[in-house]
Amino acid sequence: MAVPILKQGPFLIASIQAALTDTDVLQLRDDVMSQVTRHRSRGIIVDVTALDVMDSFVSRSLRGIAMMTRLRGAETVIVGIQPEVAFAMVQLGMNFEDVQTALDLEEGLALLQTQEGPADGGS
Amino acid sequence: MADPTDAASSSDGSPETSADLLKELVTHLSANRTNLRQEWARRIGEARLLTALTPEEIFNEATSVYDNYVEVLETGSVKALQDYARNLSERIIPRGVETDEVLGIVLLLRDVLARSLFQKYQTDFDYLNQVLDAYEPAANRIANTVAINFVQERERVIRQQQEAIRELSTPVLQVRERLLILPIIGVLDGQRARQLTEQLLRGIRTNRAKVVVIDITGVPTIDSTVANHLVQTVDASRLMGASVIITGLSPEIAQTLVTLGVELGKVNAVGDLQGGIEEAERILGYQVSLGSDSIEDSQLR
Amino acid sequence: MAAEPEERIAIESDNDVVTARQRARELAAGLDLTSTDQTLLATAISEVARNITTYAVRGEVLLSIVRDAGPPVREGIRVVARDKGPGIADLELAMQDGYTSGGGLGLGLPGARRLVDEFDIETAPSAGTTVTLVKWSRAR
Repeated sequence: MAVPILKQGPFLIASIQAALTDTDVLQLRDDVMSQVTRHRSRGIIVDVTALDVMDSFVSRSLRGIAMMTRLRGAETVIVGIQPEVAFAMVQLGMNFEDVQTALDLEEGLALLQTQEGPADGGS
Repeated sequence: MADPTDAASSSDGSPETSADLLKELVTHLSANRTNLRQEWARRIGEARLLTALTPEEIFNEATSVYDNYVEVLETGSVKALQDYARNLSERIIPRGVETDEVLGIVLLLRDVLARSLFQKYQTDFDYLNQVLDAYEPAANRIANTVAINFVQERERVIRQQQEAIRELSTPVLQVRERLLILPIIGVLDGQRARQLTEQLLRGIRTNRAKVVVIDITGVPTIDSTVANHLVQTVDASRLMGASVIITGLSPEIAQTLVTLGVELGKVNAVGDLQGGIEEAERILGYQVSLGSDSIEDSQLR
Repeated sequence: MAAEPEERIAIESDNDVVTARQRARELAAGLDLTSTDQTLLATAISEVARNITTYAVRGEVLLSIVRDAGPPVREGIRVVARDKGPGIADLELAMQDGYTSGGGLGLGLPGARRLVDEFDIETAPSAGTTVTLVKWSRAR
């Protein structure tokens, strides 16, 4: 099932609605990269509020996507990790040390805003 | 005084006969539904059981149990009875009904039904025996089902209450907007540490906290299990977008953590709780002013 | 430890992985495992079941309710995830944290073990792998 990606100003928002299969992940990565490129987005929020389980596969995949978007000049923020999911993730040893996280969509956008800094003069 | 028909059925002892007997039983119970229920409800009152319920409620429950009873005899399946027993337990346990009362009323029903069978078949002792032979295993199974479900439900309620008490004794406090404080007092074991982590993480979500101050001034010692929990709590909080400040880390505990190989570099530790709160406010204030700078900037354009 | 009849879920695709962990969550909820424990169990199942789809193509997950007479008296969920895949050549290495294989962070076995109460694994090259997990309800 494709993950819907919305544009919010200079940022993108991808809301994951259900458990991701291998195919879904690859699709998400491709969609994110193409949207980031097309809109020259500065940041992307990946919302995992709906996920009741985040195993090592999903975590690795999201981290991979964050690395790729960074290469394109867009910072990824993962939001909406639920308390129990966070607990399970750290027990599993998944820390997301190099990926930014925020509580929810609102916080994620605020984070991206503050990191934007003063806007560039051009384009 | 057996007549030929009775002799045929009583000398058989085959499974069909037992099923026929149960059918007879069901017919008898259905036919006498009204007076047997009333008899039962009356005896429940006499025995002073279910005093927490009104006579009307007792009669209603008696009706449900009776009908489920008959259904078990009819279908051989206790599923409906189990569901009903669970439902009944959920409703009457908060009213203070005890286990012995529930056992009491089920045994009373057995007795009421047995007596009515005695009355009906008193002229044919052999036949009565057969009916009772068919009735007893079913009646026992019913009594067991109801009692076990009640006890299980009670145990579940007790567990929940214990959990609630544990939660109450370790509060997560919101003192400023977006700031949570978790003061930990006393010796921690693995289970309590885990429970604190769960509470804290839920608290971060509920209060939308951005900074958490965990104060362990009141904790004398910790072992490796608890130390690991502490680090995991810091990591999990970060996943939820909250940064953690640990305060009250005594030299002894600091030494323990170092010995255990815990990466203290990951942990933001401040001397005391007051200092920790100030640090937290600094973090929160810093972020707020950055935001307003950008707003001003964009307004200038 | 007394067990009731097992529920079998064939694992051939990622969707099956999700089915297995959701079914386990349902069973665990019925036993009164806490919400957190349900998530830990579901996550552990996700790890081992994905190993099946990634390395063994197909396998199965068997779920059953187990009872411990105690003390303390408790109930739990037992999960058996097995396949007839290539097996794990160096089990000791696979059970160490930080082991890397298959282009990722590894099989997730040490992590899965941390999530559950009992963990057992049997494997041999070309003989397949069987992982058994048990998650108990918290003692009173």
